[in-house]
Amino acid sequence: MQKGNGREKDLELYIHIPFCVRKCAYCDFLSAPAEEAVRAQYVEALKGEIYQQRFFGEERKVTSIFMGGGTPSILEGVQIAELLETVHDCFRIEEDAEITVECNPGTLTRDKLSCYRQQGVNRLSMGLQSADNRELGLLGRIHTYEEFLESFALARKMGFENLNVDLMSALPGQTRESWQRTLKQVLALKPEHISAYSLIIEEGAPFYERFGPGAGEEDLLPDEDTERRMYYDTGDILKAEGYERYEISNYARPGFACRHNLGYWERKEYLGLGLGASSLMGGVRYRNHKNLTAYLAGDYTHEEVQRLSRREEQEETMFLGLRKTEGVLLTQELMEAYEEVFAKLEQQGLLVLENGRARLTDLGIDVSNYALAEFL
Amino acid sequence: MASMDQSKIRNFCIIAHIDHGKSTLADRIIEMTGLLTSREMQAQVLDNMDLERERGITIKAQTVRTVYKTKNGEEYIFNLIDTPGHVDFNYEVSRSLAACDGAILVVDAAQGIEAQTLANVYLALDHDLDVLPVINKIDLPSAEPQRVIDEIEDVIGIEAQDAPRISAKTGQNVEEVLEAIVERIPAPGGDARAPLKALIFDSVYDSYKGVIVFCRIKEGTVKRGTPIRMMATGAEADVVEVGYFGAGQFIPCEELSAGMVGYLTASIKNVKDTRVGDTITNRENPCAEPLPGYKKVLPMVYCGMYPADGAKYPDLRDALEKLQLNDASLQFEPETSIALGFGFRCGFLGLLHLEIIQERLEREYGLDLVTTAPGVIYKVHRTNGEVIELTNPSNLPDPAEIEYMEEPMVSAEIMVTTEFIGSIMELCQERRGIYLGMEYMEETRALLRYELPLNEIIYDFFDALKSRSRGYASFDYDMKGYVQAELVKLDILINKEEVDALSFIVHSSTAYERGRKMCEKLKEEIPRHLFEIPIQAAVGSKIIARETVKAMRKDVLAKCYGGDITRKKKLLEKQKEGKKRMRQIGNVEIPQKAFMSVLKLDDK
Repeated sequence: MQKGNGREKDLELYIHIPFCVRKCAYCDFLSAPAEEAVRAQYVEALKGEIYQQRFFGEERKVTSIFMGGGTPSILEGVQIAELLETVHDCFRIEEDAEITVECNPGTLTRDKLSCYRQQGVNRLSMGLQSADNRELGLLGRIHTYEEFLESFALARKMGFENLNVDLMSALPGQTRESWQRTLKQVLALKPEHISAYSLIIEEGAPFYERFGPGAGEEDLLPDEDTERRMYYDTGDILKAEGYERYEISNYARPGFACRHNLGYWERKEYLGLGLGASSLMGGVRYRNHKNLTAYLAGDYTHEEVQRLSRREEQEETMFLGLRKTEGVLLTQELMEAYEEVFAKLEQQGLLVLENGRARLTDLGIDVSNYALAEFL
Repeated sequence: MASMDQSKIRNFCIIAHIDHGKSTLADRIIEMTGLLTSREMQAQVLDNMDLERERGITIKAQTVRTVYKTKNGEEYIFNLIDTPGHVDFNYEVSRSLAACDGAILVVDAAQGIEAQTLANVYLALDHDLDVLPVINKIDLPSAEPQRVIDEIEDVIGIEAQDAPRISAKTGQNVEEVLEAIVERIPAPGGDARAPLKALIFDSVYDSYKGVIVFCRIKEGTVKRGTPIRMMATGAEADVVEVGYFGAGQFIPCEELSAGMVGYLTASIKNVKDTRVGDTITNRENPCAEPLPGYKKVLPMVYCGMYPADGAKYPDLRDALEKLQLNDASLQFEPETSIALGFGFRCGFLGLLHLEIIQERLEREYGLDLVTTAPGVIYKVHRTNGEVIELTNPSNLPDPAEIEYMEEPMVSAEIMVTTEFIGSIMELCQERRGIYLGMEYMEETRALLRYELPLNEIIYDFFDALKSRSRGYASFDYDMKGYVQAELVKLDILINKEEVDALSFIVHSSTAYERGRKMCEKLKEEIPRHLFEIPIQAAVGSKIIARETVKAMRKDVLAKCYGGDITRKKKLLEKQKEGKKRMRQIGNVEIPQKAFMSVLKLDDK
């Protein structure tokens, strides 16, 4: 473990677990079911990579750790524990670091949660998606709403005081009413954080074959007006219960915004560990390769290595930062670089400049790609 | 070579419908007369351009001289003049034919006679050429040589029973064709001591030698130093070099005399001075009168061509100038469009010519082009008696100043299998065709004759013809003068702004239909904006069709975390890039593609 000297840079760690029980119908992530033996080998390989990357820990302190996937909770509790121990051995972790594990209802047990707690995990992100069992079936989820309720209650019981619930709107066949029902049912549980995404039909996901352009069933998707109304409903309903939207799809009670994710939008350094994990380190973006066999054999090669120019950093600052509702704090440099863009977007009612910050308006969020593309 | 025995020369061409195997036979003849070994031959020697090979058509006339040794050991010089195969180049075809003494008619043993076969045969007979029929592709399972022979005799009325039955592809029986050329195509005539009289049938530009003139010597002799004059253009020069055609190369020789086919150079800087069809004579000892049949070819079809990237305007000009060096029928002049910026109004012989030029500009010169709807030349009679030849719809005078307008007509022949007669007649009706008659070629095929307005066939007629006959119809046409017509200018307004590049002249009876289709098409092509965009078609101040591009309601990436950033950024960059390629009309951004999409509207 490194000794702090007070001048260290913040570092975020992302740890990727590319396994799940079954691939969901909308998922295009790097994740697949795997044998227990493969999972065990992976944990070993991942520990190897963490160890190898420890030099990044010099002069840096870890402010957050996020174990994502896939379904990290598919691993044994001890496996998660070993991984976090290795991290502790190689990096200096801040006292109050945010440590999140993504988990799926149906994979959580008392033992696993207990292991998490012992290793300092203080936040769980639970993939629920919908409180409607028919919708869950359509999405190809492995759990029912009732199983989620059990897992959620268990997490509370085991002392987790920072819980996120992932939800999904604009599902095929979904109505505003069923979406509102999902929101209200989840709100009754009082999670600290809610991520509510509009379904994206990603190329490469099974849904694309059914609901992609020209695939035949795309008419089942809510139309744009309905989709936007669902989005506005989300904001309104959550706000009434004390949740603030702080990013396009993220809502939290005061003080519970996800620090790790905020780091991405604020361009903090992050080190991705595990198969296919992305990093932003020392002004360079890169990604680990995606070949599981090679990874298991200890190959940690980087791909898509891209050193960012000053201009590219500015572009990122804008298109990432404007995802946050508070927007971007404007430096003199940004003001000069984007004077015309700001003027155009303001005139179109998509952006406001106030208190030295730029932020998107509600209309600007609706068409954020259009607005954000202007900064590139 | 000086004392060439005329009786040992054969000047001939091959005529055929597209795909019947003209170029393959030409290749075989070249190969079998020993000019090239098959290894040296790139398939189809005569079709030089990539485009020609891809489309299976000959765009520019090509010529080659070979030596054939007959079965009884005599040597003959063959000058094979390969002619362009498309109606757009009819005049070039007729001049190439005039340079020959006979023609080989290639007919596909499975397809039989097609519209273009007929058109070319008539052209050859008009030039008093002996036509030697050859039945090709006998190796095809569906070949019916005897049926096709009967058809040739019935329809064209030439003796065909002993026509060679060959496969140009495999070389089977091609020897028979070579012997038949010697026996049945007459030797050239002409007096080598008479005053020079030579027909220009093509020319190419060479940056070292200047214009290389392809000619057939009808009378007299030409050699280095001969002082020549082109009788129609009046251009004069002194000959620097004469020679004949190897395969893809020019081989200099001492002189060219009556009966011979070859080339000459005379440091001529401009192909415009050496018009196809003109007669070359010796200016110090001129012939009494030029060869008949010369005419100046004029463009029939016009369109605007604009560089997609405005900064490439000088590149486009340079490219057009270079193409024009070899193609005197291509015309262009600068024009400006509010929508598309700086570009050129270009004139072409026909739609194929247009497409070829467009493709060559894009491929050989790497230009990304936006073209406007092709139009014809309308004659606008103004109330003050003045007549304007209108090539750009934007220049149409105020309707109050127009007495009446005229449009060019063509007489068309369409060959079609009987099952599709109904749908093809319907198509011709839709295109304002006037039915002239129908003849049955045989039980299953008929020849339809129509008079059609040229502006109805230059858009997508050929595509429509093919799609409505499952590819079986073939088509040929001839220009037929102007007739008065009820024509109007159709304007397209996008978000209330008129887009000049989308205006065009249309018959009043089809204005509504076309306006509606254009609006529908544009609606598909114009991306949604932050506001609603009306697309309207108007004649004068009257709106005749309307569509609306709804306002963009949603364009948002729900997720963007650490692993997504690079990918999402690419997505946004693509969006941004797409925008760059758009044209700004008022506050609406229109993709270049939208301008092109309205060129093809037939939806059957």
